Amino acid sequence: MSSAVELDNLEKRFGKTEIIRGVSLDVKLGERHAVIGPNGAGKSTLFNLISGRLIPSAGSIRLRGENITGLRPFEINRRGLSRSFQVTNIFPRLTVWENVRCAVLWSKGYKYSFWHNIDKLEDVRARTQEILEQINMANRAQIPAGVLTYAEQRALEIGITIAGGADIILLDEPTAGMSRSETEHAVALIRKVSEGRTLIIIEHDMGVVFDLADRISVLVYGQIIATDQPVKIKANQKVQEAYLGAAGHD
Amino acid sequence: MMNLIKSLGIWIAAAILIVILPYVFPSGASITTMCLMGIMIIFALSYNMLLGQSGMLSFGHAVYYGLAAFVTAHTINWAIKSGVPLPLPLIPVAGAVTGLIFGIIFGSVSTKRAGTAFAMISLGLAELVYSSSLILRSFFGGEEGISADRTKLIRFFGYNFGPQIQVYYLIAAWCLLCVILMYAITRTPLGRMCNAVRENPERVEFVGYNPQLVRYIAFSLAGLFAGVAGSLAAINIELAQASFVGAAQSGAVLLAAYIGGVAFFVGPVLGAILVTYLSLTLSDFSEIWVLYFGILFVVIIMFAPYGLSGLLMMHAQFWRGPLGSRLARFGRLFGAYLVAAVPALIMLGGAILFIEMIHHVAQKGAEGANMHFLRRNYITINTHSVLPWIGGIVAMIGGFFAFRLSWPTVANAWHKALLDAQRSGA
Repeated sequence: MSSAVELDNLEKRFGKTEIIRGVSLDVKLGERHAVIGPNGAGKSTLFNLISGRLIPSAGSIRLRGENITGLRPFEINRRGLSRSFQVTNIFPRLTVWENVRCAVLWSKGYKYSFWHNIDKLEDVRARTQEILEQINMANRAQIPAGVLTYAEQRALEIGITIAGGADIILLDEPTAGMSRSETEHAVALIRKVSEGRTLIIIEHDMGVVFDLADRISVLVYGQIIATDQPVKIKANQKVQEAYLGAAGHD
Repeated sequence: MMNLIKSLGIWIAAAILIVILPYVFPSGASITTMCLMGIMIIFALSYNMLLGQSGMLSFGHAVYYGLAAFVTAHTINWAIKSGVPLPLPLIPVAGAVTGLIFGIIFGSVSTKRAGTAFAMISLGLAELVYSSSLILRSFFGGEEGISADRTKLIRFFGYNFGPQIQVYYLIAAWCLLCVILMYAITRTPLGRMCNAVRENPERVEFVGYNPQLVRYIAFSLAGLFAGVAGSLAAINIELAQASFVGAAQSGAVLLAAYIGGVAFFVGPVLGAILVTYLSLTLSDFSEIWVLYFGILFVVIIMFAPYGLSGLLMMHAQFWRGPLGSRLARFGRLFGAYLVAAVPALIMLGGAILFIEMIHHVAQKGAEGANMHFLRRNYITINTHSVLPWIGGIVAMIGGFFAFRLSWPTVANAWHKALLDAQRSGA
């Protein structure tokens, strides 16, 4: 199976503080891959490196074999990698419809056009509608995103992430702060939208992780201490000591 | 066909309005005022492409307006001198190109940054251009500026644009064209991404767009339309001068946009009309009219942050249900406004009297004790007598407290109107 995302000896330092200390990882196309680890392990930093928000201090990142190290976020996004954020990151004063449509536009090739009437772009309209139905928000389309409930904003965040048609999706704690039933809805949604795509997900809820992931990587203090299938990760002594043992007491 | 008429209806109505306005207000002063309003509408809308649409607060938008005005004056002079058959209605194209080119040049620097850095760079560039305008005399003409005789150009279907009414129609036509184009741009992929960049530039990067490029294109286009406005300004008074690129001009457009409200497309149009009107008429009433203008700005920012258009839109929610009940609802609401307006006007009158008397005593003591209030010869006030001072203070303070007392009436009427509208909407 060919690779979707390959990290080779990736490092990130802020001044003298090393956050990511030599991470190598190979996520296969079509795989659902979870990254777990204690707070401050560097999980979000890892996502920030892959998505171009931060530039690595050393090492390289490959997307479907192409070196994307040092590219800007929009350049990486155009190559088919899209991400969501741990802290909800939407366009608060735009409607739900406009939020999703913004994420559709580039993939339909309209770029910076100031000569197309946006309301007459049938392909954009249809795709926006399709995404809204997928995230079950078609009936909320005309509401400003800023007034949605937290769980709805999280769902919209996922909608924005998938709307551009990227086939590699990075979700950063999509269920954080949700109630049990909201989490179940979110997991069902993630399962649905990641169908046929490569998914990398950061998640604290072990139920969600073991339910969803094909493989799991455990990140501790900026290093991956294990990458394996869920059952094997559960049984891994090192992981138990470093993370899961402690997490089990929560 | 019906859809076409429906979507074009507002523009057709605007075109008809433009044609008939000079018949409704035929005096020379009115025509002149409307010319200035048309220019300011284009300028303020172009400014709002930056501020309201894309979230860029510029302190130097007059640069593109002013430079286009100078190029316009030079173009007219060149066409006359070299005998190139360039009719006046096409001259604003030169202004548009100038605005666009300088937008592209200066925007390449300033739009790299957003927020405070952008605002500071715009201020720096404005100062740079303004100081060059006093140094480069051959282009800017020094203190006198560059004058240009618009009537010497080749005639356009027999019109030489000598009479102001002909210039009015020229400005009006360009104004309508620019307003339509700027409105259309808000409804394009770029226009919508401008809003997205305004809201959350970082997220834009993760949906495939380069927010700097979005800002850059918007900035260049805003320069283009500011250029048309500046060009028309030079045509209007047959002169381009250094003040066109100055800070006061940049400030005026900011005031117009804010007073009208930057959140709605129509806001800067309202702001441009009001600001132009006030700047022409307030000086008939007071020497220190700029002070009142500043107070108006502060009051709007504090109490109506969405400007005039925001206030209007707040009332749009009451416009529902059967016509009779709409009118009744507005009747009751405006009745309450009237109750509040009386003490507000008393307070305002007292404050103005007080300010004018201070101004008279401080600045014009040599002219004697008597002051013509609001420059009306029939209202003479003796500033050396204690009575008008007490009257001013009493009106100001008494009006303020009476206004506070009247406020629950307004709040109550507002609340009732809202309930009523919701009921009739459901």
